[in-house]
Amino acid sequence: MRTHSTPADNRRYWALVAVLVLIATVGLGAAHTMEEQGHIVTGMNNRIVWGLPHVFAIFLIVAASGVLNVASIGSVFGKAPYKMRAPLSGLLCIALLAGGLSVLMLDLGRPERVVVAATHYNFTSVFAWNVFLYSGMFAIVAVYLWTLMEKRMQVHSGRLGLAAFIWRLLLTTGTGAIFAFLVARQAYGSALLPLLFIVMSFAWGFAVFVIVQSALNALCGRTLPPELLRRMRNLLGLFVASVLYLCVVLHLTSVYFAHQVPFERFILVDGGIYPALLWWGYVGAGSVLPLLLVFHPRLGSARALLLASLLTIAGAFALLYVFIVGGQAWPLEIFPGYQASSSFADGQIASYVPRLPEWLLGIGGVAIAALIVVVGLRVLPFAPEADVPALPAAATGGD
Amino acid sequence: MNTGNGNVDHGRRQVLAWGAAMAGVALAPGVTLFELAQARPPSEPASAKVRWGMLVDVNRCATDCDACVVACDRENGLPETKTATSAQWIRKVELKDLRGGPSKTAPVMCQHCAHPPCVDVCPTGASFKRADGIVLVDRHTCIGCRYCMMACPYQARSFVHEPVTDQKPEVPRGKGCVESCTLCVHRIDRDQIPACVEACAATGHKAILFGDLNDPGSEIAQAIATLRTRALRPDLRLDPGVVYHGL
Repeated sequence: MRTHSTPADNRRYWALVAVLVLIATVGLGAAHTMEEQGHIVTGMNNRIVWGLPHVFAIFLIVAASGVLNVASIGSVFGKAPYKMRAPLSGLLCIALLAGGLSVLMLDLGRPERVVVAATHYNFTSVFAWNVFLYSGMFAIVAVYLWTLMEKRMQVHSGRLGLAAFIWRLLLTTGTGAIFAFLVARQAYGSALLPLLFIVMSFAWGFAVFVIVQSALNALCGRTLPPELLRRMRNLLGLFVASVLYLCVVLHLTSVYFAHQVPFERFILVDGGIYPALLWWGYVGAGSVLPLLLVFHPRLGSARALLLASLLTIAGAFALLYVFIVGGQAWPLEIFPGYQASSSFADGQIASYVPRLPEWLLGIGGVAIAALIVVVGLRVLPFAPEADVPALPAAATGGD
Repeated sequence: MNTGNGNVDHGRRQVLAWGAAMAGVALAPGVTLFELAQARPPSEPASAKVRWGMLVDVNRCATDCDACVVACDRENGLPETKTATSAQWIRKVELKDLRGGPSKTAPVMCQHCAHPPCVDVCPTGASFKRADGIVLVDRHTCIGCRYCMMACPYQARSFVHEPVTDQKPEVPRGKGCVESCTLCVHRIDRDQIPACVEACAATGHKAILFGDLNDPGSEIAQAIATLRTRALRPDLRLDPGVVYHGL
């Protein structure tokens, strides 16, 4: 891309950078308002303590680890068409992680104390583990990219790819464990959650990769070879179906326990926006439709794959909103056998409506990630070369 | 019985009531001070030999009384207005028995667990447990991540959503930090009982007993030994320092 840019390309590039800088700046401004005036300017309260910014942050962090799968398939499992996409996969990983962590950090009550988080560790805290997992991910992927892009180092790329693959599994396990260890809340505290988060990362990260790749192909006037398109469709379908399956298992295991039934009824049936988002947003638009788009024999185009990826991401936001906000909205059961009420909303469904600063901060995080990708693609050769017309059968094999 | 006698009786009752209340105010802290007589000198660090705790007698807790909440707010400089975003270190929870029993009310605050989940999950160690069992937040290292609020099974923690004004010098607070009942640690350290306990005793209800759970001779330890008490969420085995009788 770098070497063939025309003046028109340059204009488009700088216009895109300007738009992304503007969106990121507005997001930073929203974070500044939250810091100056306090979280009172958000919709969060003492019952819904993690709101929309966490939905954005966790999506970006989970997708960051998942997007590295493309590189892993290339380096660890030796699939050539994916190997040439490994640098882009690594760049996306770093970008999404940076965007997600920016949102997470700027949503802190005291974001200026982030240095405290880097210098004071409580090793019983999953959050503290994640500080190491996130910083380790940056370091490993940076070295991995070096081995991929520097010819002298390419002999080490396989080992680094394996290290990055293992680290990304640990990272997503850590993100899932943040919720899995919350034993007091009925929505969380399940050993299934780290596994669910890993599978979610596969689907969401791959969907992000497909979208970026589609954009690059559109810019360069390229198309995906049919065989690779077929494999990518199958892979996305497999990941989306796996997430759906584990979600079903999570809720089924929960319903099995009698004391969980009222909560499950709330999330699945009569909880207002939460069941609506879960069924229409996640199951319908975010799972069934993408599965139809990738597996229907008459819908095999690259455009169908792109649409399926976009819907997968929309479904991811719906699922995370239900999981994070809906899980907190359900009251803690402190007094079994009693109907509780208080000035602190004991026994009540908590209300939450995200407000503008939260939206702006979350979208700002996405813009930060996009900016890193756009600038990265411009200054270094992260973009994959054109695919060879026919894939050598020996080099590709099945996925 | 004529109207005049009725007035005299009413007056006598009022005098007796005031007398009883004043005696309560005078004696209740004294009773507890007897327990606190063995508290550490201010120059010494908190001792693990002591474990401060509370026994809440729900049968004595009056449904129309919020003296403990008012006292806590005044002592710690907390807002009187109760909203979804205001700090509430102690709250009165109305309890309607789903099996048809009588309705009750109980104060709920930080339960000062022996194994506090808030301390486990805090990434920076800002949430900590003092040697004498009091769970606190270090205002200097709290980054406001709210993970402790997610982990607390009692909804006992509040996030400071707005700039704080008119702070009490002994109770530093700060926007963007998480906070909760300190068991009035500043009062304990100068051999006073928590404000809520004092206020409850002053009303005559004496629904909250405070003392050293580790001292078998203390009033609270003896009450716990004789009364049927239970912790909230006993299934989690957090060994809270606050236990309830009458639930």
